[in-house]
Amino acid sequence: MGTYILRRILQMIPVVIGTTFLIYWMVFSLGDPTVGRCGERPCPESYVARLHEEYNLDKSLPEQYVRYMGKVLQGDLGTSFNGNAVIDQLATRWPVTIRLAVIAIIFEAVIGIAAGLLAGLRRRSFWDTLVFVTTLVIISIPSFVLGSVAQMVFGVRLGWFPVTATQGTWQQLLLPGLVLGSLSMAYVARLTRNSLSENLSADYVRTARAKGMSAGRVVGVHTFRNSLIPVVTFIGADFGALMGGAIVTERIFNIPGIGGYIYHSINTKDATAVVGTITLLVLVFLVMNLIVDLLYGALDPRIAHD
Amino acid sequence: MTDPNLLSNQTSGTASDDAVTAVAEHVTTPPARPNGDDARSLGRDAWEELRRRPGFWISATLIAIMLVMAIVPNLFTFFSPQPDPAYAQLANARQPPSAQAWFGFDGQGYDIYSRTIHGARASILVGVLTTIGTIIIGGTIGLLAGFYGGWLDSVLSRTGEIFWSIPLLLGGVLFMTSFPSDLGTPYMIVVGKVVLVLTVLGWPRIARIMRSAVLQVKPLDYVQAARALGATPLQIIAKHVLPNAFAPVIVVATIDLGAYIATEATLSFLGIGLQPPTISWGIAISDASGLGLLRSAPHMLLFPSLFLSITVLAFIMLGDVVRDAFDPKAR
Repeated sequence: MGTYILRRILQMIPVVIGTTFLIYWMVFSLGDPTVGRCGERPCPESYVARLHEEYNLDKSLPEQYVRYMGKVLQGDLGTSFNGNAVIDQLATRWPVTIRLAVIAIIFEAVIGIAAGLLAGLRRRSFWDTLVFVTTLVIISIPSFVLGSVAQMVFGVRLGWFPVTATQGTWQQLLLPGLVLGSLSMAYVARLTRNSLSENLSADYVRTARAKGMSAGRVVGVHTFRNSLIPVVTFIGADFGALMGGAIVTERIFNIPGIGGYIYHSINTKDATAVVGTITLLVLVFLVMNLIVDLLYGALDPRIAHD
Repeated sequence: MTDPNLLSNQTSGTASDDAVTAVAEHVTTPPARPNGDDARSLGRDAWEELRRRPGFWISATLIAIMLVMAIVPNLFTFFSPQPDPAYAQLANARQPPSAQAWFGFDGQGYDIYSRTIHGARASILVGVLTTIGTIIIGGTIGLLAGFYGGWLDSVLSRTGEIFWSIPLLLGGVLFMTSFPSDLGTPYMIVVGKVVLVLTVLGWPRIARIMRSAVLQVKPLDYVQAARALGATPLQIIAKHVLPNAFAPVIVVATIDLGAYIATEATLSFLGIGLQPPTISWGIAISDASGLGLLRSAPHMLLFPSLFLSITVLAFIMLGDVVRDAFDPKAR
């Protein structure tokens, strides 16, 4: 287990360097770094000069990158055109997005696993078909359509939920959270179903049945738990998609979180904010992936002992 | 739009006919193997399996319709009351569907039917070009990594991980903000940018699948035999590796195609994908999704979203059905 953890962490390093370098290279070297940073107008001379100095744009690319990463690691994600430090903006906004993500993850885990269990235990039954069709429909409706319609129907017409979530309280975030989690919920349901039905036809399950073990125990002890291994991995690794989805959801419901900040910055053509925020999110995503990988090794002993 | 119903009726008819004949065959054929030489290949087996599934015919038909719509939209708008998607009459703004406009009018008084039909092109173009791009790049890299192994494999696999670590939508937003388009940017350039970023972020998925397919085939006896008989690497790849990798790559590529279309629409919805003079479902949905409009003119949102969802659905369904057909365990 120890060597496994060490190996994963070592493997992680080139990926982190590569990914951040790719982003930096794309934004600051491939394109014109002053593009889209000053609203609808071209950037004034003084701003261009400041940007050149801030990002060391007259130095060589590797040196620029190293200095840039040094700042990112100290929490300096740049200052947007209106003078706000990106990190300060994020500091006030992250609790809202975390709340939104927690609602989404609970929803996708609980409902997704329950639906997958229902379908997987009764393969080719009515429930299986129902789950299959429902998830297919959810997967094919883009989240921005789902969000707009949910806001209209449940918020405005029926009045069950607040229409917008401008304060970002738990109660306000409930409906947006469900919308955000719905796509992943569909994937979780399908994954649980497939992994469960695959494990149910494994030899050791047949043996367990043959020696007279009760159906509940066969499922509960021998199948359900290891069927959840890929599901746990998926939920953890889904963080990136969740943050992408949050841009859309927070736009629709006017939520003052990180996604809403990205959308707002796209709209006001404030590339510094977009780049800084997304770089940070990608870093968080990489760390999440590492944690999931380590968890995976703990859940499934076969992985760690190869 | 009577065509889809008509077509799907027809195809479901033939599908059930096929099912009947297939069952009949199943009953009669096993003992009789005509010339002794045609033990059916995996591909042929899968095709027999596919032919019997209504899901295959439904999704294939939908995809065919969408492709025709993307290539010759005029074929569909020719008989409609307002064939020109660029003609607007502000006095008609937000009117619901009627005989004058089958899908109603949008906020500018454009005919939604013809704009929805013409909007297919952008989505299909992005989906198809991105898929071709990922298959070419991912396929080649996966092939090289799996076939030659060693340090080349390590380098290519790690490189793939780097690109794989940037989530699709976040990467798309980042790229499109750094290389913004405005009203004057030509259509193909904007489409090209979206295709480029999706391809760059999407190829590692295909590469992984290709690599594992190669690794599965490489140690098999018949490949070793071919090698011993003096087959060149190129021959081995063409004769043994590619046919085996084909099915899983096509399955994932098809499902991803749906995802790429959805991502393009999302970028356009956020205002950084395709830009207004271009007609696209994402832009139409973005325009229609304000609460006020959603309340007064829900048809503006309904039709473009319906077409978008059906297209995404068709590709995902096709991928699902093909995967089941190629997976012997599912039978």
